[in-house]
Amino acid sequence: MKVCLLHPENNFVAPPLPWNERALAQDLGLDTVFGVMAQRDKFLFSAIRDVVLASLTTDVDTILYRQSVLQDCLKHPTVVRELYAIAVKGVECENKGYWAFFGKYPTGLLNRSLELINMLVDVLRKLRHLAEKQAQGVDSDGFRNLFARLKTELSEEYLRDIHTHLKDLRFIDGTLITAKLGEGNRGTDYVLQKSPVKRSRLQRLFGLDKQPGFTFRLHPRDQRGAKALGEYNEKGITQTATVLGQSADYILSFFKTLRTELAFYVGCLNLHEALTSKKEPVCFPIPVKAEERQHTFTELYDVGLALSVRPKVIGNDFKAEHKELVIITGANGGGKSTFLRSVGLGQLMMQSGMFVGATSFTANICPNLLTHYRREEDETMRSGKFDEELQRMSEIVAHLAPNSLLLFNESFAATNEREGSEIARQIVCALLERGIKLFFVSHQYTFTSGFDAKEWDNVTFLRAERKEDGTRTFKLIQAEPLRTSYGEDLYNKIFEVSSSAEAATEPELAVGTGSRSSGFGKPE
Amino acid sequence: MTFYSILFPGSEDPLAREAAEAPEFFKDMNLHQVIDAITVGKDIYNLKPLFYTCVPDTDVIAYRHEVLRDLEDEELLKNLKSFAQEMTTMRDYLTQASKVTDDRQKQRWFLDAVGIFCAGIDQLARDLALAKLNSVALSAFRDYLSAYVGSSSFKALASETRKLQTDLESVRYSTLILGSGTFKVTKYKEGLNYSAEIERTFEKFKQGAPKAYQYQFPSLPHLNVVEAKVLEFVTQLYPEIFANLSAYCARYANYEEKPIQIFEREIQFYISYLDYIEAFRRTGLKFCYPKITTDSKEIYCDGGFDIALASRLVAEGHSVVCNDFYFKDPERIFVVTGPNQGGKTTFSRQFGQAHYLAGMGFLVPGRAARIHLFDYIMTHYERDEYMTNLQGKLQDDVVRIHEILERATPSSIIILNEIFSSTALQDALFLSKRVMQRIVDLDALCVWVTFVDELASYSEKVVSMVSTVVPDNPAIRTFRVFRKPAEGVAYALTIAEKYGLTYDRLKDRLSL
Repeated sequence: MKVCLLHPENNFVAPPLPWNERALAQDLGLDTVFGVMAQRDKFLFSAIRDVVLASLTTDVDTILYRQSVLQDCLKHPTVVRELYAIAVKGVECENKGYWAFFGKYPTGLLNRSLELINMLVDVLRKLRHLAEKQAQGVDSDGFRNLFARLKTELSEEYLRDIHTHLKDLRFIDGTLITAKLGEGNRGTDYVLQKSPVKRSRLQRLFGLDKQPGFTFRLHPRDQRGAKALGEYNEKGITQTATVLGQSADYILSFFKTLRTELAFYVGCLNLHEALTSKKEPVCFPIPVKAEERQHTFTELYDVGLALSVRPKVIGNDFKAEHKELVIITGANGGGKSTFLRSVGLGQLMMQSGMFVGATSFTANICPNLLTHYRREEDETMRSGKFDEELQRMSEIVAHLAPNSLLLFNESFAATNEREGSEIARQIVCALLERGIKLFFVSHQYTFTSGFDAKEWDNVTFLRAERKEDGTRTFKLIQAEPLRTSYGEDLYNKIFEVSSSAEAATEPELAVGTGSRSSGFGKPE
Repeated sequence: MTFYSILFPGSEDPLAREAAEAPEFFKDMNLHQVIDAITVGKDIYNLKPLFYTCVPDTDVIAYRHEVLRDLEDEELLKNLKSFAQEMTTMRDYLTQASKVTDDRQKQRWFLDAVGIFCAGIDQLARDLALAKLNSVALSAFRDYLSAYVGSSSFKALASETRKLQTDLESVRYSTLILGSGTFKVTKYKEGLNYSAEIERTFEKFKQGAPKAYQYQFPSLPHLNVVEAKVLEFVTQLYPEIFANLSAYCARYANYEEKPIQIFEREIQFYISYLDYIEAFRRTGLKFCYPKITTDSKEIYCDGGFDIALASRLVAEGHSVVCNDFYFKDPERIFVVTGPNQGGKTTFSRQFGQAHYLAGMGFLVPGRAARIHLFDYIMTHYERDEYMTNLQGKLQDDVVRIHEILERATPSSIIILNEIFSSTALQDALFLSKRVMQRIVDLDALCVWVTFVDELASYSEKVVSMVSTVVPDNPAIRTFRVFRKPAEGVAYALTIAEKYGLTYDRLKDRLSL
């Protein structure tokens, strides 16, 4: 019996976390977002993380399927939370009672499974009641089908049937075991038989059963004999106990799947409440096929940032059709990293089937999301750091698939600009040819100016805006790179150098970077 | 033709020749490791004495080469191995039979052991009949076996065994166990399999692979009291079958045939060696049938290697360096000099192992080889245990060399490694020259690893061999040993360079 709230045909089975899970979490600020979704519940946190990070492989249909389930959830938050509570109750049956340690004999397993299934049947019945009550109110295929399955599969007749079996399996009438002779004439292939007709013990032994045979009665104080007979009995019921144990496991795993799949939606509800209470906009995104190149949104903001700062955050608008490389330049502290994070988060949330932190959002889906950020490490080990950057890049290349989305943040800058630009140029050109979609934040003018928009129609530029007076709007505008990145602004601000001194140094710097760009391939 | 042995031609009892102890040279040649590896997991055959028996004889070598060439037929080799496997299983069953006291248990183990024996023998006879055999040894065994399998006594054994096994397999019974310590055993009656019913009920929840619940019940060879009682009842339910079983066991107590037992062990001598060298062959290393000479001492070996070392290297995934050697008349003696860790000792072992293996009638490492039929291999290697007493060590060296030279004949192989290293160069030179003259006079074949370069040009019988390192980077060992005049101080300088201890380097470092 399937749950199928995350996928039209399959239950969710958590794959191993992506190899770059830590990098993604760090670079996109995932732990903050997951934290708000999980509300300090450890299980919710890991289930949400598993679902979201496994979602890069979903297709457009699955995304839309989840969106409609999520819309039902937003309409009936209390029903979803109640459903989740029942699932939790089912899962918790496993650890209740004294049979947590069921010993080394099949009888232990048999008794534990009998008790466990008994409890689980009660929870199954509750689940069916809820399904019967709410079936009318839901619109999504996911919920409608699930409720229909619960109603038909868990009929009262079926649940009573289970109870009858559970009663029979207590073996009040003794056990009937068949066997044959195996190696060294030791009994083998023990099979527990169910007697077709109910009879009393005495009738069975001396009366109706006329089968010729031999009867033996152990001496009441023959402990060795009693132990041996017990063992014989254990062997006889092993197969049946195992099957019953596995059945209990299956029912439990149904509840576990239900809990995991609902956990994701409960997390979405939590996040939705947090964002709407801050009056931050959310929208359901429009996913398009991986092969297309589409990235258009309005007021996209970094959800993680919105959740962790008090003021309303600033969103960005962007329109890019048929673009494969987005180069982001501009002032430090101008919102480039925040923008890059919002792009990554938006992509990940869209592909999970969630809403996105924007007023509108559409993008092609990508089978893989990767980040290559400059890592803050000991500056004195420069060569080691560049080495480390390239090593990470090499790992990323090993995991790339066509149409992957790759976010670079100040990569290959741990060396001088000419070398760094040349390496970056070579890497980026190769990736574009492999059909990888790139967002690249860079200060390296030699690199960024090399992709002249007149010659590269698949490239677009964004620049962190800086007003005439040097203040930042935290908005990114579609504009070509400028020769300096305004690091001086920061310097001036922090060292409180007068603005008249600034004007004097700027031209020199511009000339300096310009001359370095001569090593680059394309003429300006 | 009567069958005696696949290891030795003739009718002499092969067991009478076996040596209980390893030859003295085994340790120096690292052959203990090799034989341990070859015979690992085969203790039951007691193969080591066969490997210890090294008395080279051209007839024996030819007899064995024939067998090995027959065994190049992979199908045949595979069939012989599966026969060996069957016989091992049979022995396991007989061991089980000897462990238990209950007669009905004992008898069943015995019956099934004989069942395996009959099937295995029958199969082997058919396999051998189909194989193309050219060796005298395997042909003789095939003829013996086909006569045995065709005999009425074997046929009776096989058919009675099968009949009884079928009867016992048909025995089915039911046990009804009641809580009060009472149980009843009856013949089998059809019922409903409980676990199938449970499985059906919960089918709809099934997803993924079920968890495996493993239950270990004490598995002593003996039946416990209840099992024994149940078996007793089953015996009474099927009295005729069990009466037949008792009679059968009494009749066939001594079913095993001596020639088959001999064959079973001796074929392992070949199989275990072929299995051992298979690991090398898979990495591209070559083995060949050596030509054996009795008159000429113009021996050679192309692309040989130290198998003890190679076995370690192959296991660790490293490549193995091969070395060639040859003597042209009047050459008899290799004097090996050169940097340490460059493969000198390895070369000396390669030489000794090639002779031992050739003398045993095996294939030897290398693409092609010719080996002189030797009488003894005598070795003397520097050993750690002498190190505590230098005075004693030199004395031991001399005593040992004396023993070797007393015993050695012109057909002997002498291998010396770094002897006289515990004395002043003058002494070493003097002693070495004296010993060298004796070996030259004797005309024996010899490998001598030494730091005394003067020995390398001692006589026209001496060939100088030098171990090498990569010229630009002395830290890299090549393990290659070439014919080359001894280089005196040159390689000592390279090593000094590597440690920054040459004059120029020291001057720079000390800034004098």
